[in-house]
Amino acid sequence: MARNPVTWLGSPTFPKAAKAALNDTQLRQNLRKATGTIRERRAAAVTEMTDWEQLRVAGEQIKDDVLARLDTLLVELEESVTARGGVVHWARDAEEANRIVLDLCRQENASEVVKVKSMATAEIGLNEALEAGGVQAIETDLAELIVQLGDDRPSHILVPAIHRNRSEIREIFQRRMGVELSDEPADLAEAARVYLREKFLTTKVAISGANFAVADTGSIVVLESEGNGRMCLTLPETLITVMGIEKLVPTWQDLEVFLQLLPRSSTAERMNPYTSVWTGVTPGDGPQSFHLVLIDNGRTATLHDSVGRQALRCIRCSACLNVCPVYERTGGQSYGSVYPGPIGAILTPQLVGDMHDPQAASLPYASSLCGACFEVCPVRIDIPSVLTHLRAEAVEAKGRTAESVAMAAAAWVFAEASRYEKAQKAGSLARFFAKDGRITSLPWPGSKWTSSRDVPAPPAESFRSWWRKNRCQK
Amino acid sequence: MINTAAREEILARIRHANVPAAEPVVRGYLQQGPGGVELFAERVADYRAVVHVVSNVPEALTSLQGKRIVAPAGVPAEWLVDGVTWLREPLSIEELDQADGVLTGCAVAIADTGTIVLDGGEAQGRRALTLLPDYHVCVVRADQIAASVPEALQRLEPTRPLTFISGPSATSDIELNRVEGVHGPRTLEVLIVG
Repeated sequence: MARNPVTWLGSPTFPKAAKAALNDTQLRQNLRKATGTIRERRAAAVTEMTDWEQLRVAGEQIKDDVLARLDTLLVELEESVTARGGVVHWARDAEEANRIVLDLCRQENASEVVKVKSMATAEIGLNEALEAGGVQAIETDLAELIVQLGDDRPSHILVPAIHRNRSEIREIFQRRMGVELSDEPADLAEAARVYLREKFLTTKVAISGANFAVADTGSIVVLESEGNGRMCLTLPETLITVMGIEKLVPTWQDLEVFLQLLPRSSTAERMNPYTSVWTGVTPGDGPQSFHLVLIDNGRTATLHDSVGRQALRCIRCSACLNVCPVYERTGGQSYGSVYPGPIGAILTPQLVGDMHDPQAASLPYASSLCGACFEVCPVRIDIPSVLTHLRAEAVEAKGRTAESVAMAAAAWVFAEASRYEKAQKAGSLARFFAKDGRITSLPWPGSKWTSSRDVPAPPAESFRSWWRKNRCQK
Repeated sequence: MINTAAREEILARIRHANVPAAEPVVRGYLQQGPGGVELFAERVADYRAVVHVVSNVPEALTSLQGKRIVAPAGVPAEWLVDGVTWLREPLSIEELDQADGVLTGCAVAIADTGTIVLDGGEAQGRRALTLLPDYHVCVVRADQIAASVPEALQRLEPTRPLTFISGPSATSDIELNRVEGVHGPRTLEVLIVG
């Protein structure tokens, strides 16, 4: 089987990548500023809602229902889209999905396509596959455009260029668009408007993702801010939408929950500027040819894991990234995947589906398990529980390692009180490494711990021996 | 050609996962809200849209910015005030792109979120009409304002092409702060007939 492009080929494991990122002070400053801003704004947007918890619970339940009835709902969606003039395609993996989209572009003789920001197409590496097939994909979302023009990689689910500040964006735009610009955000937005206008008006094929698909009506929903989505969804003759099979909701009514949860969780707005809903083809309005590509790419394998499958409830809001202390310091690119942050740490390894892949297996450790991600998740994904569950899987996949041998030795020591006491006595000797009550450097294997944190010096006497001396009834 | 082998395999994998049935959905969230013209006006203005509560539409339209304004089918004759060149369908993409603005009605509005919803019906036209001109004037009748998102969705027909509009085009892509004005209309003016 081909490798899943959800992780970038050749990415180092998370600890290695994070170490490099932590030395980038500009990156840390940009992220601190951006995540700090959005955290405050999100909190305000959510506090305003007296029924936020009830909405979260409903969101969780609707998505769990989707996962439980996924086969029937997908067939229902296929029927309703087909009945309204759309064509539904199924793809088992990234390679199959990319081939379907490339074939559709060739059918339309398109050498250029405009794209609405989409995680699904980023996950399958569609742009690269199209390019290899002679079709140029033009990203039209402002942040995606910044990444594309900067020959960069994304670092956030919602704002892929979050690691860039305004003066860096100005530099990229000036270099690639050949214009003089200030670093005022309004000026930068205007530059993108001018740069893309002609493309929107002339390109015949557009590619989008989907935030939601309504099974019973066949309606597809895309939320956006800039209007680039509306351009792509309205002006071209052919529209190809690529979506993960879990992006369903059963009924139109269910959208009332997600249209309240998603904007407040992602951009901290009561509602995002534009939401487009279309059902198949509407004569005289919008693209007259519509294709929906449903992709699995590791989702059905994830569905098999009773603990891990809740990651498939994710609606890609990125609230968990914005509150994560690890993400804020390491940035998104350290995760080596289009899905960074807490959700990426549980989704990416499951989509890869191979805990023997050292990079994927390192991701569940990219967390301090503080739980902030669970608290803000609009569909109540218990990310910390899935992280520890996946850590156990990673350990199991590793087999016999220094760590597992040490753990086995510890188990043997703990099993017998006398062994434990002897070990404690020996352990208390470690206090000779201490300075001011802390040990900052131990010889190997203890150095593995002390390279990134201190250990408190062990006391000269253990509690057990103190108790025996002072309290024990002889 | 549709790949039926892929379809069958994906469906079989899903069935094989054997996910247990879920708890019934509890809709304990609010179905209604305070609603009303005042709240709607306030929430629309929060997006830095221009809002007027008016009693007479033609009178309010005399201060339209721009000379060449698109008017979709179904716009009431009295809205087509003098002093403006009204552009009527059929219009090409180029003609729309060069228009100064567009005047529409709406299908539904949402007080809670300050949103207007277009469904391509009466006085709204196809989606491109409200997208290419840089200035969008939307007339909202008080009885079209739903209090909440749930109420608004109930009033809408999902199979029509729908556009939910909350303020002018904007982006949060530069340092995660909202900036108005990217590809969609950069000026949104909402006239509420109260």
